[in-house]
Amino acid sequence: MAEVKVAEKKESAFQFGKKERKLLIDPLNDNNPITVQVLGICSALAVTTLMDKAIVMAIAVIFVLALSNLFTSLLRAYIPKQVRMIVQLVIIATLVTVVELALKAIDYNIYKELSVFIGLIITNCIIMGRLEAFAMGNSPWKSFLDGIGNGLGYGIILIIVAFIRELFGKGTVLGAKVIGPNADYLINTSDSWLFGWYANNNLMVLFPSAMFVIGVLIWIHRGIINKSLVDVS
Amino acid sequence: MHNTNYIIRFVLIITAVVAIVLALMSNGLKPIHDKNEAIYNKKAILSAIADHLGKDLGSLSDDEIIEIFNNQISQTVIDMDGKVVDEQTMVSLGYKDGSAESVDMGKEMKKSEADRLLPLYTYKKADGEDFYVVNVRGKGLWDEIWGCIALEKDLNTIAGVAFDHKAETPGLGAEIKDNIAWKNQFTGKKLFTNDGEFKSVYVRKGGAKDPVYEVDGISGATITADGVTEMLARGIKYYQPYLNTIKQ
Repeated sequence: MAEVKVAEKKESAFQFGKKERKLLIDPLNDNNPITVQVLGICSALAVTTLMDKAIVMAIAVIFVLALSNLFTSLLRAYIPKQVRMIVQLVIIATLVTVVELALKAIDYNIYKELSVFIGLIITNCIIMGRLEAFAMGNSPWKSFLDGIGNGLGYGIILIIVAFIRELFGKGTVLGAKVIGPNADYLINTSDSWLFGWYANNNLMVLFPSAMFVIGVLIWIHRGIINKSLVDVS
Repeated sequence: MHNTNYIIRFVLIITAVVAIVLALMSNGLKPIHDKNEAIYNKKAILSAIADHLGKDLGSLSDDEIIEIFNNQISQTVIDMDGKVVDEQTMVSLGYKDGSAESVDMGKEMKKSEADRLLPLYTYKKADGEDFYVVNVRGKGLWDEIWGCIALEKDLNTIAGVAFDHKAETPGLGAEIKDNIAWKNQFTGKKLFTNDGEFKSVYVRKGGAKDPVYEVDGISGATITADGVTEMLARGIKYYQPYLNTIKQ
C-alpha cells in the first residue's frame, strides 16, 4: 500500500491545478514583486530607459528566478541551514553567469549594453527573497512556477515603465519613432497636428523619472485596478 | 542542524560542480565570443565610413563585413613619431600580429605618451577614393569613451564618426553613441584652419557657433561632450606626424 501511495504522489508532482495557477497569477496582481512588495526597484530604475533592454532583462530574470528556485528546491533537504544563503547565492551567481555567457554568444550588441546590469541580477532582492521565502519550503515544480510567476510580475512592470519612459523621453517605441517631429509612421508630415508638436521630455530618460512612473503605477494599481490591496479600516 | 564535516563536504561539492559547469561553458563558447567581439570592433570602424560603404551597415552579414575588411581595408600601425611599425617589431613587442586590429587603444592609453602605437585603417571605396579611419580614446563622465573618426582623402574633412563608451548615462552621455542625428553633425566638419593649423572640432554647449569647426553639445551631458572635444583634439593630433607624410 505504501508503494502505491508513493507512486500516486509522483504522478501528481507536475499537476497544474488551482494552487499552481495561483502561483503563476498571484505575482502579476495581488502579490506583484514591484508594485506590492516594492522589491527589485534598483534594476527597475536602471534598465527601463529603452524597451528592448527591459525585455531582455525581463527574460533574463525569469530564467534566473525560475531555475534558481528549481535548483534550490531540489537541494533544499541537503542544504545545511547554516550556509543556506551562501549556497543560494552560488546558485544565483552561476545562473547569472550562464545568462551572461549565453547572451554574449547570441547577441553581442545587447550584451555590451546590458553587461553591468546582467551581473547585477545577482543582487536583485526578488530572487533572494523567493529562494528564502518559497523555494526552501516547497516542492521543485511549485517553486519553478513561483519563479516564473514572480519573474513575469517583475518583467511586466519593467516593460510598462520602459514603454512610458521611452515613449515620452525619446518619442520612440522599441526604437521606432512614434511621436514628435519626424515620426516614422502614424504621421507622415512633420507639421502634423497629431503628435508632431511633442518635444522629448529629457526628465523621462533620467533615473528619477522611473521613481515617479513606478509611484504612479503603484497608485493606479492600488487605487483603480485592485482596491482590495488597500486596507480601508 | 548538520555537522561541520557535512557542511564542508557540501560546499566543496557544490563549488566543484559549479566551477566545472561554468568552465566548460566559458571554454565551449569562447570561439563564438571572440568572433562576436571581432565583428563588433570591425562594425565600429565601418560605422565611421557608413555613408561610403554603398550598403546599409545594419544589413551587412558577418561574412560581408569580413570581406570588406579583407578586400577594401588596409591596416597600418604607426608610432607617435609618425613612422610605420612593421609586423616583426609588433610581434616582438607582444602584439598578436602586425594588424591595426591587434592594437588595443585602452592598453595604449595606459602607456607613456611617447610609447603609444596607433592603429590606422585605410578604406578604398569602390570608386577608388581613399578614406582614413583613426582611433581616439579619452575620458567621459564615468569612464572611458572612444571613437573612430573617418577622414576624407584631403585629411582635413571628417567623413563620419562613431563613438562608444564604457559607462556613460543612458539618454545623456550615452547619446554620443545612440544619437545618430548628433553624430551626423560631424560629417563635413574640418580639422584645419585655412592656414593649415590644427584646430580640431569643438563640441559647443548651447549650440555650435562656428559652422565649420563646431558641433552642438548634448543637453545634460556637458562633461561627456567636453570629453569628446578633448579626445578629438588630442587623439587626432597624435596621427598628424604620419598624416603629414601622406600629404606630401
